Amino acid sequence: MITLTVNGVQHALDIDPSTPLLYALRDGLHLHGAKFGCGLGQCGACTVIVGGEAVFSCLVPVSSIGARPVRTVESLGTAEHPGPLQKSFIEHQAAQCGYCIAGMIMRAQALLDRNPHPTESELREHMEPNLCRCGTHMRILAAIREVAHLPAGDGVPAAKPPRTANHGGTQ
Amino acid sequence: MTRKPILLAATGALIVAALIVAVWSMWKPAIAPLSAPPASSFDSQTRLAGARVVALGDCIVCHTAKGGKPFAGGLPLATPFGTIYATNITPDVQTGIGNWSLEAFTRAVRHGVARDGHLLYPAFPYIHFTRMSDPDIAAAYAYLMTREPVSASAPPNDLIFPLNFRPLLAFWNVLFLRAGERPAETSKDAEWNRGKLLVDGLGHCASCHSPLDAIGGEKSGHAFDGGMVDGWEAPALNALGGAPKPWTKEQLVAYLRSGRASEHGAAAGPMLPVTRDLASVPEQDVEAIATYILSLQKPRPAVANVSAQAAEQGETQGRTQAETSASAQRGAILFGASCAQCHGPAAPMQAIGERPTLAYSTAVNAATPRNAIQMMLGGIGWHGADTMNYMPAFGEIYSDRQIADLAAYIRAAYSQRGPWNDVEATVAKVRKENNAR
Repeated sequence: MITLTVNGVQHALDIDPSTPLLYALRDGLHLHGAKFGCGLGQCGACTVIVGGEAVFSCLVPVSSIGARPVRTVESLGTAEHPGPLQKSFIEHQAAQCGYCIAGMIMRAQALLDRNPHPTESELREHMEPNLCRCGTHMRILAAIREVAHLPAGDGVPAAKPPRTANHGGTQ
Repeated sequence: MTRKPILLAATGALIVAALIVAVWSMWKPAIAPLSAPPASSFDSQTRLAGARVVALGDCIVCHTAKGGKPFAGGLPLATPFGTIYATNITPDVQTGIGNWSLEAFTRAVRHGVARDGHLLYPAFPYIHFTRMSDPDIAAAYAYLMTREPVSASAPPNDLIFPLNFRPLLAFWNVLFLRAGERPAETSKDAEWNRGKLLVDGLGHCASCHSPLDAIGGEKSGHAFDGGMVDGWEAPALNALGGAPKPWTKEQLVAYLRSGRASEHGAAAGPMLPVTRDLASVPEQDVEAIATYILSLQKPRPAVANVSAQAAEQGETQGRTQAETSASAQRGAILFGASCAQCHGPAAPMQAIGERPTLAYSTAVNAATPRNAIQMMLGGIGWHGADTMNYMPAFGEIYSDRQIADLAAYIRAAYSQRGPWNDVEATVAKVRKENNAR
């Protein structure tokens, strides 16, 4: 038996320990917010929060979660009472097809939980792993900026220089 | 009876002579500042040649801070003696090299002396750059002096006493600096000599790929035996035949230019930006580098002689071995969910773009788990439009033990070499070092 604490509720699931968390959430617990995108940790549609960190749930086996609490987009609000990020995403019409949005919101939530007032560059760096095939990134960023009390995107800083030193990725 | 005093006297005289040379070279004159030469004073051919020289020298890798402007410096370099910050080499007059003449630039590259006369730390690889030709130095100067000037001062270095007293570097230079160009070796062909010039000079490969001695000099007689940089092992460059599949020249060229070798793995850590620089230079330069590096191979010890066939069988044989270790068993579960999508035998990722199986991976077959751990912790981030390889980071979702379990499984399942020891402690250590960096 695998025990998972999801959105504050403890569940016991009789599944293979190497089942990715995403499948347990969608198929076992019927939480369909997190999406299967690439299954390779490249797109971020499956992003949920595990123990405070935004993770690709398609790549995390349920047996590795342990006691760490799992949060999905369903924990942030409902259609009637959307949470602050959800509300802002709706107001900014950040979704086009919407497939990436649950992952986008959860990655942003992980940042705001840790740092309610990130800088523009912290925001952009943090959101980098998640992709939107429709190309609504600018609206997604605008929606997060509003909740993070960042100035609207007019004063967007120049893009990062095309070639910068990379010493070992995330360090 | 008489021999000893003579020897002693001779040694003493030598030491005194070395001291005199060192003390004499402690203080160098300043070279008069120039007003910044206008960009139009450099012809476009020289600037273009300079772009190639600067790429081959990997200048941008150290002289650019994370997220900073190119060549504006500020990148911290962790050394056993403290932290050094790379300087601004854009043509800004106040904070960069905007008022350096070609004469001052050449002296810095050849002798490690700044325009104002202070000695530069050997983190700047002038002991290698000193072999560059005058036209190459002039081309690099033309290229750098026509970059966008950026006003940025590097933070002050944080070095232990007495190394924060720069004149002492004169002693270091007596030991390690052999200034000037080297004659070509007439017994070798032009490509080999070009490769040697690029590897030993401009490319300064030995700076990372050699062990350092107690005072930060490359250990004499151990060039290319492998070293450590930024928490990664820089593999030995003279044991390329010891890989499960020995390196070929084609693979080495492809690796250096694209960051990926079909039977060895992907460039990561500090090597990744080097391959991005080498992607921009003419292929013949990289072929020369590969020719020279392949000529450096030492005879292989018998133990390292694992046949490629054995490596191919590794996966099936390894499975049995893996079942004997509890850690590897736990790792197998993690691997199934986190890694198999790309690294498993049936993964589409294994069938496209000549990605090697983990059985051939340099990191998986290495003597220590360090680079495999670094890969799992940090992955390979997206690094722009030319990203060839990407791997998600697992450092934030896996504990030290889980990373160690994965390492144990991967080693047992894919490598013919024996298990690594103390992997969990190494994960904790690597993590701590990475956080401090």
